[in-house]
Amino acid sequence: MIEFTNVVKTYAEGNDALRGVSMQIEDGEFAFLVGPSGSGKSTIIKLINGELKPTSGAVHVNGYSLERIRKREIPYLRRTIGVVFQDFRLIDTKTVYENVAFAMRVVGAREREIRERVPYVLELVGLETKEKRHPSALSGGEQQRLAIARALVNNPSTIIADEPTGNLDPARSIEIMSLLQEINNLGTTVLVVTHELELVERMHKRVIAIDEGLVISDGLDGEEEQ
Amino acid sequence: MKSNNFGYLLKEGVKGIFLHGFMSFAAVCVTVACLLIVGSFTTVAYNLNIMVEELNKTNEVTVYVDRELSDAEAKSIDTKIKRLDNIASCEFVYREDAFEDFKDASDNPDAFDGFDTSYLEHRYIVILEDNRLMQETIDQLMQIPGIVDYRAAQELADGFTAMQDILRVVTVVVTIVLLIVSLLIISNTVKLAMYDRRDEISIMKMVGATNGFIRLPFVVEGFLLGMTGAALAFLVEWLAYDAVVERIAQADALDMFQFVPFHQIVWPLVGTFAAAGLFVGIVGSWTSIRKFMDV
Repeated sequence: MIEFTNVVKTYAEGNDALRGVSMQIEDGEFAFLVGPSGSGKSTIIKLINGELKPTSGAVHVNGYSLERIRKREIPYLRRTIGVVFQDFRLIDTKTVYENVAFAMRVVGAREREIRERVPYVLELVGLETKEKRHPSALSGGEQQRLAIARALVNNPSTIIADEPTGNLDPARSIEIMSLLQEINNLGTTVLVVTHELELVERMHKRVIAIDEGLVISDGLDGEEEQ
Repeated sequence: MKSNNFGYLLKEGVKGIFLHGFMSFAAVCVTVACLLIVGSFTTVAYNLNIMVEELNKTNEVTVYVDRELSDAEAKSIDTKIKRLDNIASCEFVYREDAFEDFKDASDNPDAFDGFDTSYLEHRYIVILEDNRLMQETIDQLMQIPGIVDYRAAQELADGFTAMQDILRVVTVVVTIVLLIVSLLIISNTVKLAMYDRRDEISIMKMVGATNGFIRLPFVVEGFLLGMTGAALAFLVEWLAYDAVVERIAQADALDMFQFVPFHQIVWPLVGTFAAAGLFVGIVGSWTSIRKFMDV
């Protein structure tokens, strides 16, 4: 579960990124976080994965209190969250298989577990036939699917996708959204940060809109609560 | 850390060297260059110090024995001289031998024919261990019954001592400066290597790797690069040293320069190069990666 209670985040230079954000995303939910550039979306992601601490207020993510979290606990918090970025952030010197296996190795998984889990996840995202290729040999949509596979492989309870379709054409964007929907159907919480309102409308999910550091609306698409 | 992880991290460290070949090559080259500069300077300084010490040994004190003493009495003073501190060696010279040496060194030896040597004194050639204590030792020698006079080149001894002191200070200062410069250069090279791999580090952080897990392959890599650099620098130093010493020996017909053979300095040099390579590799990578861990 992700819970923000009256969260304020002011950067060192005095910029108020968040000015009292409260929201709650339950386990197993699928939600969109939308808003224009500079509205505070990226700050929310950084607060969720422990890159930043709130100036005031409380942030709870999958059992961790982020305002009190110790530095050495942050890696363990991050293992409960899979993050997908617009620019994929894949390692081009590693193959498709190795990119996914790498995420398991860094959390100390055994080779036997890796050999079982990686093919399963690659099949889930439809890349089972491309495991020996390098990311540069994949299309944009395939690269994003690979990034999703890497985010999924450690079985996190939450997936956060930051503009996952920003670099993709409409058809590939719909594919990625369908994949995220499938992942959500398996019980994983999914939070998608985007500014592509067309895509949001198509999915008919909960939409949290943020602007100038405040939640301006929160509800199911088309029936938002102010 | 699980043992399977440890093996994986070691493997990753070795793989990293080849994957980032150019940066690895640059780091090794910089390490070799820096260690060669430090190593060459210290070996030259070490040899100069030894040469000055040898020159210093030729600086002797001559003490003269009372003419009234018999030969046996004059020779018996030997044990009293040797009993003093700061005496490296002491040799008895008969007055007749001293006269012959004097004549031989003269431009016109025939002019001294018929000279009565009984006017001369027997003498001891005394070589001191430490020329800084020359005056104190002369005072002690003059207190020995039977010794009536001395001759010593105190100024020359002071000159040698000052030269050794200056050489020592210059060696320490220049070595420290060169080591600091080397560390800065190498640390910057490692930082560039880290910068090259910042994306990989940020992905590791993002998926929940601990700082220790992220650091270990880089530290293994730094260790291997540092040791490779140290080994190469040592080999080059060895070959260059032998070649230079041989060249100088061929050119130095008067045998003025006596260099220490390489095998005499091999272990101190191996130790210094290995320690420097280890320090530079591990500390360089450990400190350079810190900057990229704060994500």
